[in-house]
Amino acid sequence: MTNTMTNPNPSAADLIRAVEKANSAQSLVDAVRDLADARIESASSLLIEALGYNNPGAAVAAVDGLVALGDVVVPTLLEQIDGYNYGARAWAVRALASIGHPDALETLLHTLETDFSMSVRRAAARGLGMLRWQLLPETEIEPAQSKALATLLPMTDDSEWIVRYATVVGLQALAIAIPPDHPDWHRKIHDRLSQMQATDESLAVRTRVKQAQAIISQFIQEQSNQTDSSISPDWQSILDKVYRRKASERPLEEGDPRRFKSVVATMSSSTN
Amino acid sequence: MVGSATLWVWTKQRTMTQGGNGPSGESLTIEQAIANIQGSDLSLRVYAAWWLGRFRVSDPQAVDVLILALADEDDRTDAGGYPLRRNAARALGKLGDRRAVQPLMDSLQCSDFYVREAAAQSLEALGDATCAAVLIQLLKGEIPGTLPAPEQGDLAEPYDAILEALGSLGITDAIPLIKPFLTHSIERVKYAAARALYQLASSAGEAAQYGNILVKALDGDDLQLRRAALADLGAIGYLGAAGAIADTLAENSLKLIALKGVLEKQVQRSATDDDLSEGAVHVMELMDSLL
Repeated sequence: MTNTMTNPNPSAADLIRAVEKANSAQSLVDAVRDLADARIESASSLLIEALGYNNPGAAVAAVDGLVALGDVVVPTLLEQIDGYNYGARAWAVRALASIGHPDALETLLHTLETDFSMSVRRAAARGLGMLRWQLLPETEIEPAQSKALATLLPMTDDSEWIVRYATVVGLQALAIAIPPDHPDWHRKIHDRLSQMQATDESLAVRTRVKQAQAIISQFIQEQSNQTDSSISPDWQSILDKVYRRKASERPLEEGDPRRFKSVVATMSSSTN
Repeated sequence: MVGSATLWVWTKQRTMTQGGNGPSGESLTIEQAIANIQGSDLSLRVYAAWWLGRFRVSDPQAVDVLILALADEDDRTDAGGYPLRRNAARALGKLGDRRAVQPLMDSLQCSDFYVREAAAQSLEALGDATCAAVLIQLLKGEIPGTLPAPEQGDLAEPYDAILEALGSLGITDAIPLIKPFLTHSIERVKYAAARALYQLASSAGEAAQYGNILVKALDGDDLQLRRAALADLGAIGYLGAAGAIADTLAENSLKLIALKGVLEKQVQRSATDDDLSEGAVHVMELMDSLL
């Protein structure tokens, strides 16, 4: 994600030529891989073009290269995304999701809600949870996260297992990113995940939900300075413990656990 | 990828019209499909057989008419194939009715290569090992009158389907017969043999030896073959392949489906309901990275 090699590489022209002249599927994969590995900013448009070659090996390499170049390629990707065929769009959304620049928010929201291709919705769902929110002006963070949450939650009912799986991944990241003074948001995520764990028809999705609950629990545990070493996958029990401990607690020391007071209150009330 | 996109849109539309339209554009109901398959219009009959499988119409009457269709003599191709029988055999594998086992075993003796292939696949799906003896006969070339694949004259039998069925059904007696297929001239047949031997292996170490044949295939030059190896590894759920699956030069969608198979196998295997195994967590990390 850093631009470590923005200086023009003497062999840049050769690398670009190799992509343009590749005459077999495999030589194209190799040429795009070499170009991607070189991290040449001026070659980003060619990497973007390679997303549409209908060659998955080349596309994987091109996405890697674009992600390595990072934020500088975001404007071009956003500009060109509507013109892509569905295969290329999936790869482009995937690159945007991995780069995580919040300028991609509207594109990801729109894509997740409307795209007919499950591979595109899948990439968007993951990406929505993982945007680098801190790059936004402070006043824009909450509205942006609110939109992301509102768009992700209904996707837990998508007809495709992989979109639901990706939505769980997105919700997990969002649960960790959203500020602790939004107990209603945490409750929505918690309740939806619990519901999926009980009813989703796909074992893989239910397993990922379980993992998400464990990861969020662990995060909350760490944030609330909970020293108990046993990690329970159940949010509720951890938050209950925090709550009980806090009730008998002396004045707080370093890392104020009141940060999560409101979350604790919500979790307690939501399942009682 | 364009091809799979078209297929996807097409099946999506079928689902969205709640049943789909026949060749002449009309919507089908279960009753109509059952009536059509017994009617006189051959294209409607073939379509109805496909439709009953596609929408998993497990109504006993549907199973009855599909079994009857396995013996159809009306619908013939110029080369002597039986399109209606093929569709009926495929559909019966999706309906989970064991009454289809014996008729499908009879279909393994059909002259049409694709009928035998569909029958072997459906018998595998129905999970009934009573067909083992016929599958073995077919593998040994002991069933008279079977014609080779129309486009591939050197492929006498649908070996990959037969080998996969023997593996899934746990027919360990067939191991010595399967092993020679590891050096078959057709890659997909080799993979099917490795897949079956993985499933039939008596130890994890022995299984890994066959699983690794498929892992090696992920590194091949031909995209179609890499896709085939991905599907095989997902079907057997070989944990040792997880990293290689993630690194394969192929569509992420296919890699994710393969890893789903590996993940679910891990979860089904672990006895406790509480903690996710290290293997399962690792597979999910790989899957997350491919979304």
